[in-house]
Amino acid sequence: MDALQVTNLSVAYEEKVVLQNVNLTTPVGHLTGIIGPNGAGKSTLIKAILNQLPNKTGAVHILERPLNPKDHLVGYVPQRNAVDWDFPANALDVVLMGRYGHIGMIRKPSAKDKQIAMECLKNVGMEAFADRSIGQLSGGQQQRVFLARALAQEAEVYFMDEPFVGVDAATERTIIAILKDLKAKGKSVFVVHHDLQTAADYFDWMILLNQTITASGPTEQTFTEDNLQEAYGGKLFFMDQTKLNKTFN
Amino acid sequence: MNEFWVLLTGSLVGITCGLTGVFLILRKTAMIADAISHTVLFGIVVAFMVTQSLSGFWMLVGAAIAGLLTTFLVQLLQSGGLQEDAAIGVVFTSLFALGVLFITLFAGNVHLDVEHVLMGEIAFVPWDTWDILGFSMPKAVWMLLIVLVFNLLFLVFFYKEMKLTTFDPVFALSIGLPIVAMHYSYMTLVSLTTVAAFDSVGAVLVVAMLIGPAATAYLMSKSVIGMIVWSMAFGVMAAITGYYLAKLWNTSIAGMMAAMIGVLFMLVFLFKPHDGWIWKVFKRMKIKDTEPNIL
Amino acid sequence: MLTGNLLWVLIGAILLGIAAGLNGTFAFLQKQSLVGDAAAHAALPGIAIAYLVTQQKDLPILMLGAAITSALAVYMIQWIVGNSKLKADAAIGFVLSVFFGIGIVLLTIVNQSGTGNQSGLNDFIFGKAATMAKSDLVWLSSSALLIILMCLLFFKEWKLMIFDPIFAKGIGLPVERLRILLTALTVLTIVTGIQAVGVILMAAMLIIPAAAARFWSNHLGVILVTSAFFGALSGALGTIISSVRTGLSTGPIIVLCAASLFVISYFFAPTRGFIAKSLKKKAFKQRNVVKEAANHE
Ligand SMILES: Nc1ncnc2c1ncn2[C@@H]1O[C@H](COP(=O)(O)OP(=O)(O)OP(=O)(O)O)[C@@H](O)[C@H]1O
Ligand SMILES: [Mg+2]
Repeated sequence: MDALQVTNLSVAYEEKVVLQNVNLTTPVGHLTGIIGPNGAGKSTLIKAILNQLPNKTGAVHILERPLNPKDHLVGYVPQRNAVDWDFPANALDVVLMGRYGHIGMIRKPSAKDKQIAMECLKNVGMEAFADRSIGQLSGGQQQRVFLARALAQEAEVYFMDEPFVGVDAATERTIIAILKDLKAKGKSVFVVHHDLQTAADYFDWMILLNQTITASGPTEQTFTEDNLQEAYGGKLFFMDQTKLNKTFN
Repeated sequence: MNEFWVLLTGSLVGITCGLTGVFLILRKTAMIADAISHTVLFGIVVAFMVTQSLSGFWMLVGAAIAGLLTTFLVQLLQSGGLQEDAAIGVVFTSLFALGVLFITLFAGNVHLDVEHVLMGEIAFVPWDTWDILGFSMPKAVWMLLIVLVFNLLFLVFFYKEMKLTTFDPVFALSIGLPIVAMHYSYMTLVSLTTVAAFDSVGAVLVVAMLIGPAATAYLMSKSVIGMIVWSMAFGVMAAITGYYLAKLWNTSIAGMMAAMIGVLFMLVFLFKPHDGWIWKVFKRMKIKDTEPNIL
Repeated sequence: MLTGNLLWVLIGAILLGIAAGLNGTFAFLQKQSLVGDAAAHAALPGIAIAYLVTQQKDLPILMLGAAITSALAVYMIQWIVGNSKLKADAAIGFVLSVFFGIGIVLLTIVNQSGTGNQSGLNDFIFGKAATMAKSDLVWLSSSALLIILMCLLFFKEWKLMIFDPIFAKGIGLPVERLRILLTALTVLTIVTGIQAVGVILMAAMLIIPAAAARFWSNHLGVILVTSAFFGALSGALGTIISSVRTGLSTGPIIVLCAASLFVISYFFAPTRGFIAKSLKKKAFKQRNVVKEAANHE
């Protein structure tokens, strides 16, 4: 079974074509890294997969069906700072929002929904902050809350746009442990990631992207210097070569 | 008795606008409400031109359509690449000018003068009554009650959806919430609220009542529910104090209520413990005072 | 047809249109179009206070009062946004409606004070360009000329300040003072225009020409000239149309002329206009459909 299948996807903003003829297939049960330089179109790819961009052509299948939010198959952690941090809501409120898809329109969250939300908060180590206003959390704590919200969705396929930005090493380890746990449960997780040093450690599947797919597949086959040079357009030279070699070996 | 009706009308305006206004502030669409309050004039004039009557019902319909048209046009201009503030400014001033023109051309001698639209005549509210189900109450009170019920029902049913589409529309879209439909439904409610309120208190007070109490409540509260309660409370407070001060100084009731909204906001803005402005200035001074000791 | 007074009205409207078009462009680029709206509404209490204090209705005195409360409103918006979690839209709407409400309170008091009824202050709400006295029109024209001159003088500095204030500060521009000067000029534009077109529609003069001009170019210089041209054209057309048919107030007609220019720009402007963009989108879809078909073969 394929978690994600993208065929002939192209996207343009205004007049600029940003993604060109993207084709890729990823089987279920992988922790996949989406990797590429700034402006490569990683965020755009996720948004296009989630059907949030008007100006696109091509087809996307998730678990071999066209995307339908009513199936509750997809969980999403959008890029941070896209929301209003002064919004009058606390951490638990935000996590509870992950249940809204299951609850359905009009009906109110049940005691069970609240319990699930609380458990997800506990999972990311934030249960002590449940009634803290979201604006009063640190950047890393906010990031954890949003991860908890995605967990509360109880989805099959997750998309996360740069969940490690502005997060300290301990939080990063917590998050990656949670993601690996999801994988162990047979879920599929797609993560936009920038740090090439850790990428090979974290992910067992890779999508290298720069306007179009330059490589995609199991990490051992795709995460090669040649492929990276191609994705980064030869701009990779300022990376720490020794470290890079270490990750390859 | 007349005084009672005026106070009741003012308080109902405070409650209804206070309730509706909360999500205007949270969605950062306060100025769309300002725009709608201006374009409602256009809707009413067109409704009058089409039906040749000034019945409350057709006014509501005209206003609702004008409100939706405003929302739609602003969205259209934005998707055409114009920044939001300019899109709002272009749409409402143009429709307002068109409304004024239509009045002078087609409705010059009817009771539809523009000053009335701007300032309302809350003092005359008690004399214009409707009989519904055997109850005789001022028309303004009826209209406000009906719109308040609409607003309450909408929030009872869609509270959590409104909260999510406001807080994180991208995420809301990803779980399949109809964010566009929510937006237009809500803007329809804003239009209905505007027209129900402004018949008695005028366009200016409607804007003040929609934005002011909710903005004050935003400073006070840490939850959306708390904000709603505060907002309605501030609306009623401003209405009642405004009425008595206007009586005292023999001046415009609606204007005075708007002024009181300003006073309440300033009180909270300046004196709220911990994050009021005065409080912050004091804190800053204290830090300065202690600085020499550190050195 | 161009009798003495009408000629003056025409000159006044054109100059006002140019001034508002230039100034509005700077406000537009700072994303402050609606601040102009608030400042215009906030002129009303100033006018009433000036009248209550001096018991005179000479235009310069009323303009001074209007300028003070307008400037106060702009300052207050910045103060609220800078010192609380409220966003600009809420602060603008709040200040606008409360100042206007206070203005109406004061205006009611003026109107009840016997002589007040003839004060003509109500005209400031909707404007009365066609029936302005010649002395007032001279005031209006010279004030508008001053604004135009200032805009030309500080064009380069403001451009840099809006585009990149930090860099501007770095090369030694007095950014804060430039900003205050620009705000002051916006206020001056508003108080210059309110007697002619009224507080509510004055905002339109600032916003619409600038927004329309934006569709025609990406260069500030071109946008400024286009905006000034649109402002002047709507001023002239509005004055002429409303003088041909008596009973039409000038303000709304001027605004509707500007709105028509906007609609034309929105649809027909090259590259940034609606039609040009739609064509481009279609081309993108077609290109890819062709490509896909090719891929399937
Ligand atoms: N709303 C938009 N309008 C126009 N162009 C856009 C828009 N969003 C993104 N782009 C452009 O599309 C390209 C891809 O953007 P995208 O955000 O997908 O990159 P990314 O790979 O996520 O980069 P980063 O690593 O910096 O997050 C960029 O060149 C960007 O300039
Ligand atoms: Mg990105």
